[in-house]
Amino acid sequence: MLTTQHFLVVSAALFTLGAVGVVARRNLFVVFMSIELMFNGVNLSFLAFARHFGNLDGHVFAFLVIALAAAEAAIGLAIVILIFKNKESLSVDDFTSLKR
Amino acid sequence: MPEFLFYVLSTVSIVSAFVMITRRNPLPAAFALVVSFLALAGLYAMLSAPLLAVLQILVYAGAIMALVVFVLMLLNVRDQDLPEEPRMLANLAVGLVVAAPLFTLVYSAIRKLPATSLGPELQPGFGGIRAVGLHLFKNFAVPFETVSLLLTVAVVGVVVLAKRRLD
Repeated sequence: MLTTQHFLVVSAALFTLGAVGVVARRNLFVVFMSIELMFNGVNLSFLAFARHFGNLDGHVFAFLVIALAAAEAAIGLAIVILIFKNKESLSVDDFTSLKR
Repeated sequence: MPEFLFYVLSTVSIVSAFVMITRRNPLPAAFALVVSFLALAGLYAMLSAPLLAVLQILVYAGAIMALVVFVLMLLNVRDQDLPEEPRMLANLAVGLVVAAPLFTLVYSAIRKLPATSLGPELQPGFGGIRAVGLHLFKNFAVPFETVSLLLTVAVVGVVVLAKRRLD
């Protein structure tokens, strides 16, 4: 029998993998996609709990998270393009231009 | 049968997420992430969330990942542009070991939940466009408008960023 826990475990695993990707990788694109993966892990939790309680609030939150991720993708990729054009690098170690 | 479907979808999703964080080149990583998102859309559909499943495919696997792949194409990233990551697999292994206690903590909390089925009997139409839309505009009108403001700010910000050069 499927229970809510099954889905929550998958959600926790996806979030953990995303967190590991963010801290362990230097490639900017992979870091960016790991953040998207963490968003999706959280979304799965929202929907599992929405199903668990028979309440639609979780669906609305997941919808807002998707909209937020779209805005974040647009801004993040614009910054990536700008810095890649100036520094010819995709390493997060070169993204220190805010440091004085 | 739902159990089988669940295990297939969750395995595909987790394995392709793992493939994504271990690729050196971002393009295969992006495609692995698309696979992961499609499997997740199946999981959403199993949770009686058809609208969110469709949005996941349209917006996430479609629009956002297409944007990522498009940017990768425009940048024409060659192998020498990729950051040197000589100890990438070791770093990832250490990261997984460090993150294991976090996962175990969350898992032990999840285990304490009562092991009931997925939830109560649902009304027909739960999670469909009509139900979610009515709920969104009746109870979450202000957050919804705030998100539209956020998207406008994001678009304006992207235009401003695209027009300038860093020194």
